[in-house]
Amino acid sequence: MQARQPQQRPETLPLPKEQLMEFYTHMLLIRRFEEMAAQMYARGRIGGFLHLYIGEEAVAVGSIAALETQDYIVTHYREHGHALARSMDPNRIMAELFGKATGTSGGKGGSMHLFDASRSFLGGYAIVGGMMPIATGLGLASSYLGEDRITLCYFGDGAVNQGEFHEALNLAAIWNLPVLFFLENNGYGMGTRVDRVCAVDEIHTHANIYGIPSRKIDGMDVLTVYEATKEAVEQVRSGKGPFFLEALTYRFRGHSMADPVEYRQRAEEEQWKARDPIDAFRTKLEGWGVLTEQEREAVEGRVDDIVDEAVRFAEDSPTPPPEALAQHLYAEKE
Amino acid sequence: MAEITYREAIRQALREALLADERVFLMGEDIGAYGGAYAVTKGFLAEFGEERIKDTPISESVIVGSGVGAAMGGIRPVVEIMTINFSLLAIDQIVNNAAKLHYMSGGQVKVPLIIRTVSGGGNQLAASHSQSLEHWFANVPGLKVAVPASPYDAKGLLRAAFQEPNPVIFVEHSLLYGLRGEVPDGDYSVPFGQADIKRPGKDVTIITYLRMVQVALQAAQQLAEEGVEAEVVDLRTLRPLDIETPVNSVKKTNRAVVVEETWRTGGFGGEIASEIQEKAFDYLDAPVARVAGKDVSMPYARNLELMAIPNQQDIVNAVKALI
Ligand SMILES: Cc1ncc(C[n+]2csc(CCOP(=O)(O)OP(=O)(O)O)c2C)c(N)n1
Ligand SMILES: [Mg+2]
Repeated sequence: MQARQPQQRPETLPLPKEQLMEFYTHMLLIRRFEEMAAQMYARGRIGGFLHLYIGEEAVAVGSIAALETQDYIVTHYREHGHALARSMDPNRIMAELFGKATGTSGGKGGSMHLFDASRSFLGGYAIVGGMMPIATGLGLASSYLGEDRITLCYFGDGAVNQGEFHEALNLAAIWNLPVLFFLENNGYGMGTRVDRVCAVDEIHTHANIYGIPSRKIDGMDVLTVYEATKEAVEQVRSGKGPFFLEALTYRFRGHSMADPVEYRQRAEEEQWKARDPIDAFRTKLEGWGVLTEQEREAVEGRVDDIVDEAVRFAEDSPTPPPEALAQHLYAEKE
Repeated sequence: MAEITYREAIRQALREALLADERVFLMGEDIGAYGGAYAVTKGFLAEFGEERIKDTPISESVIVGSGVGAAMGGIRPVVEIMTINFSLLAIDQIVNNAAKLHYMSGGQVKVPLIIRTVSGGGNQLAASHSQSLEHWFANVPGLKVAVPASPYDAKGLLRAAFQEPNPVIFVEHSLLYGLRGEVPDGDYSVPFGQADIKRPGKDVTIITYLRMVQVALQAAQQLAEEGVEAEVVDLRTLRPLDIETPVNSVKKTNRAVVVEETWRTGGFGGEIASEIQEKAFDYLDAPVARVAGKDVSMPYARNLELMAIPNQQDIVNAVKALI
């Protein structure tokens, strides 16, 4: 319960106030956006799988804030948070979830496949571990072209037992590629607790076997995530090769909307929920006098407006036209 | 015009591409220091250096997957999967990523990736090293599949593959590398989706691809000596598929034999036979016949292996049964 205690205002803030406010706003936006998405799912507006990131917001927001705009991001299917943290348009994300023509992929990718090439956000991938070889390839392209660009690759604890995980780490290491591997360890792959399926307790040490330095961090604290990612990004950008971060976190909801979460202890859930990354950060900001009650209400109002507008936009948007069915199967020659 | 081997034709197209475009690079198992399992890239490491001729670990999934990522990142990878049997370890990256990224991203992402690989049996390499799986990939929208049967087509199709903004599975046949044929000196390419009449004839149409084209041409020669004029149609690419050329041929000859090296059940021949009966039913004087590999795992023993792979006589017999 430590996070809830009022904090002493430090001599100097760890970051400029605007940045702290941005972290808070982004985390809250992800939370409210997904709560709304869950409602829309219940109302049948969203189909297929919907995997919520609720509880893990500090990871996406803290880490993506440490990137430059040109840096590539590839991630898994639980990626609304990453997309919003990358400032992708909430309207177009919601429209994608609704399967509308105005969605980020014109309605053809859905919740698990968000892309925004203009933000170097190169996809949510729904095959566990499948984005890891892609990340090494993006790193290879940047290094081949001599670009100042790193690739941030997110994956879950379920991916670390895949062959592709090990193949990708090894290749990134032998070719010294600018890739930051980012494990979001939320303790479970669907209903399977990580220690039941992974022979290694300290998962990040997998990386060390391939000579890749690693670090385990608290994924519930946005500032910790930001600082650690910033350091890791600097190291990767400086040409020292790949780095591996493991953030410990927890998803507060089920694996997907279909999951009644019968495999977890309530006490464990309560312990993690007491460390809610948004509550904890708000308490901190309030303690520091950075977030007044007025400002808090203003942020909440703004976020709610964005989310409401996203739903309105998605509702009002047309479904993809029939001719979209066969479109974009192949790229046209230039 | 020069007469060169199938291997040399592929090698020339690769070398030209490497010389023409700095973004082109090759990666795969043993393509550099070893020179390629089938010696296609021999000497490339010395000529182009390690940055562009990359030996990889034996990690098919990351070879293809990093090729996909590299292509998305703006360079022009040519990855080599030593044989098509090993593509099964990369099938996730080929089918779930390479084929789908353009579509799933609503056109935001392009994957101009060439995957070269080697198909076929006949070298007594037994069950896990003798398969013909190119039609598996032809099943997947989003991929293009080239299956050259001659040095001319190999070079021309590979050149066309370099113009493609899409993932191409470029399938070579292990028994064709030594095949010699005429290849023009100048610029040319063989567009995808254009079948080729390798031998004209009026009595029957033999439709096939990859090494079976050569076997079919020998069968046609034998048939000609017996007074039967077979037209041999080489599909050249399985996806996109030019069905017009074989259908028009069948409308002329009124008989069709479809030949393929892979297993009969679920093979590509069934697809072709079905298209022909749909599009040329009224022209057919006999049911469409199929000659295919036996539905068995490839045996090692030479006599059994020879029984499992379609041969010249099998084709001749199938033609005679129709006439
Ligand atoms: C290759 C593959 N196998 C199985 C699945 C089905 N599946 C989807 S998510 C998931 C659990 C993944 O857990 P983790 O990587 O920890 O990510 P999290 O859902 O916890 O964010 C499984 C088994 C899949 N999508 N891909
Ligand atoms: Mg997990």
